[in-house]
Amino acid sequence: MNSVIKPLLRAFDIHKSFGGLKALGGVSLNLEQASITGLIGPNGAGKTTFFNVLTGIYKPDVGHMEFRGKALPAGLPHVVATRGIARTFQNIRLFANMTVLENVMVGRHVRTSAGVLGAVFKTAATMREENAITARAHELLKYVGIEARTHHVAGTLSYGDQRRLEIARALATDPFLLALDEPAAGMNASERTQLGELILRIREDGRAVLLIEHDVKWIMKLCDCVTVLDYGLCIAQGPPHKVQNDPRVIEAYLGVVAT
Amino acid sequence: MKRLLWGVAALILLALPLFTDAALGHGWVRILDFALLYVLLALGLNIVVGYAGLLDLGYVAFFAVGAYCYALLSSPQFNLHWPLWVLLPLGAMVAACFGVLLGTPTLRLRGDYLAIVTLGFGEIIRIFLNNLGAPVNITNGPQGISGIDSLSVGSYNLGQTHRWGLFEFVPVVNAYYLFLIGVLLAIVFSHRLERSRIGRAWAAIREDEIAAASMGINTRNLKLLAFAMGASMGGLSGGLFAGFQGFVSPESFTLMESVMILCMVVLGGMGNIAGVVLGAVLLSVLPEALRAAGPLQQEWLGRVVLDPSNLRLLMFGCALVLMMLLRPEGLLPARARKRELHGE
Amino acid sequence: METFLQQLVNGLTLGSIYALVALGYTMVYGILELINFAHGEVVMVGALVALSVIGALSHLGLPGPVVVLLGLTVAAPTCMALGFVIERVAYRPLRRAPKLAPLITAIGLSISLQQIAALIWGRNYISFPAVLSIESYNIGGVIITSLQLTIMGLAALIMAGLLMLVQKTSLGRAMRATAQNPAVAQLMGVNTDQIISLTFVIGSALAAVAGVMVAAYYSVGNYTMGFMLGLKAFTAAVLGGIGNLKGAMLGGLLLGVVEALAAGYMGDLTGGVFGSNYKDVFAFMVLIAVLIFHPNGLLGSRAREKV
Repeated sequence: MNSVIKPLLRAFDIHKSFGGLKALGGVSLNLEQASITGLIGPNGAGKTTFFNVLTGIYKPDVGHMEFRGKALPAGLPHVVATRGIARTFQNIRLFANMTVLENVMVGRHVRTSAGVLGAVFKTAATMREENAITARAHELLKYVGIEARTHHVAGTLSYGDQRRLEIARALATDPFLLALDEPAAGMNASERTQLGELILRIREDGRAVLLIEHDVKWIMKLCDCVTVLDYGLCIAQGPPHKVQNDPRVIEAYLGVVAT
Repeated sequence: MKRLLWGVAALILLALPLFTDAALGHGWVRILDFALLYVLLALGLNIVVGYAGLLDLGYVAFFAVGAYCYALLSSPQFNLHWPLWVLLPLGAMVAACFGVLLGTPTLRLRGDYLAIVTLGFGEIIRIFLNNLGAPVNITNGPQGISGIDSLSVGSYNLGQTHRWGLFEFVPVVNAYYLFLIGVLLAIVFSHRLERSRIGRAWAAIREDEIAAASMGINTRNLKLLAFAMGASMGGLSGGLFAGFQGFVSPESFTLMESVMILCMVVLGGMGNIAGVVLGAVLLSVLPEALRAAGPLQQEWLGRVVLDPSNLRLLMFGCALVLMMLLRPEGLLPARARKRELHGE
Repeated sequence: METFLQQLVNGLTLGSIYALVALGYTMVYGILELINFAHGEVVMVGALVALSVIGALSHLGLPGPVVVLLGLTVAAPTCMALGFVIERVAYRPLRRAPKLAPLITAIGLSISLQQIAALIWGRNYISFPAVLSIESYNIGGVIITSLQLTIMGLAALIMAGLLMLVQKTSLGRAMRATAQNPAVAQLMGVNTDQIISLTFVIGSALAAVAGVMVAAYYSVGNYTMGFMLGLKAFTAAVLGGIGNLKGAMLGGLLLGVVEALAAGYMGDLTGGVFGSNYKDVFAFMVLIAVLIFHPNGLLGSRAREKV
């Protein structure tokens, strides 16, 4: 990871409404390379909506985003992945009836190119690519720690393992930015610690991580930078200690933020 | 051991038409030929429905396109007589184009809507074929096109009887071998496609389209690809059909045919090549076997209690309902599909 | 101008019938997100049952309308029972299955019902007995028959009644709730299974009426009559907005009118290239166009949205 484009992601004044409901009322944020940014806020603040706009699932009504210096096209999830943004989902969206290995191999699709002819004629180039895909998938499963489940069906994994699998699959796309939507939901303390370590390792590899989380304590410990949303607007942005003590943030959470 | 089994199977497949011809006559070899054509069609639809998970109720349209393509270019209709090695791939390509044409505006529709649209498309093709006899005679309308050149590989005319040593190879037997080659190629094609990067992407789309797109899969293009691949196999099958039969008319390309092919795929086991082949063979051979039930009843009971031609469709309809209620994954399911339907 | 008005009258008559059938499709889709392919066959059964009864009673010298009414009185409960059984036996067990399964079942049912009808009534066309004396009225060059007026009037009455049922009664409220969110409706004490059965039953009753109308209007019935009619009615439902009752009514009328106008003018418009024999293609093209460009239909669909 050697590009020196700063900042990695810039979101300009993103608005998104659903019928009469204004989910995002003008959110701007910046994100640096090789950083961990937390996106927090009370329920309904617009965090997942922002994610969905970022990753192309929704088109913003107003506003645009720039990624690595170039405009990020709106509403095209597969293009977003090609540009180097990968995500996980709040409600875990694995390919449940495929094996763990196959799930991660699908993640390699965007960085590989074998087509129908290569597949049907089993050309040397295609076979090499297939082997590379399989090897990388094994690597990633080891990286997130679920290699013991390699050939299990994804839907049979435990909740925590499923979340890790989703991260492995996202990492397979070789992203510059990994967007995690509530990755620690439903985890116990030790699982959460392990997840934190994994995220730190991902940052060490030079990737940026953007996370939505409700466990504010955990976020404050893990993140370099925190953005707080409330009612579709950004009410605070900055390093954790600053945000923690911001009166607007405390008000939004009704004093839930601990120091 | 496995080698031995495959060897025996190969021998049986090769000897089957000659044996059947000797034991049961030309009629039954013809049934085998049609079974092979249906296998080809079912394999094509399997790519669309089984691999990519797209509901196509108008698949027969591609069969029709391939058949008429062959018919128009090698019959008295326009007095053209193009060779086989051009006609078959051309038919497949034209069908693939139709597939892309149909798919481009429609593949983003949700499942049941896509089913209805493809059904409509199939019917539109049939109605056009039926009516393009006037004012300009393109398809010769409901009378269809007859006198189509028979299948010839180079100068070896498959529509004629040939003698090889002790054996007599009549046209229906020749066609069997040609169709068998087609089926074997289709099986290899499907199998390799399924295990490839493309096949994985299709499976991902089937499982969760949003997640697949978020992982960088261009879902629209891949769905179009599935449609085009399936359509081309349908078109190939159509060309073989036209050359074999010597005659095509819109009557052969009804909605019922689309439904039949879909059922071969679903009842046999969607997404599983072996299942689809089994389904196609069963559903094309059994009804013919039932036809014999009429005369049999006549012999045994002195009269026909239940007319099998009436019963055929009724049994088919009931079989569909029962299968969905009892074994929706089909006779030989793909393991992923079995998991989907029984929620492991 | 006369042709236009004439086709308008014909179209509205046909459209009224489409509307009645479309309501059945739209109600079931609104509640189950399922295209009830077998619905067209229910219409066919209604028509054929009525034809049998009317045929049997036609020599008794009773007044025409009474005979037809008696036919309907037998056809309606038959269809309602059929609809009930179809839902119970074929769709209910598959409620949680992926959409392909009930779709295939519906197709299987459609085929089976057609063949059973063929076994019972034979494959020949059955004529509508001449028990009705139909009067024609000539209004400014446009011919409108008493039968057409009856069809349009009766259909309008039934549709108004259905709207009242759905919007003004507690039963209707339960139906709307189930269509919107079955899980929550259940929590509110609605017996959703019963409501679903009722939806099928009501739709089937409407189908029976439509069947009798079609048989009377075209003077024939046949075991294949349900397929095309069903497909067109479904087109109408989608055109108006699937799941939306008023949409189905509007869609039905509109499709009938458009089809009649197309049949009347297509030959002239295209210089004889496309004649009225392309009429059926027309309905399909409307369907495809609506689904591609405006899948929510004219009045907006009311099917459950899954985000």
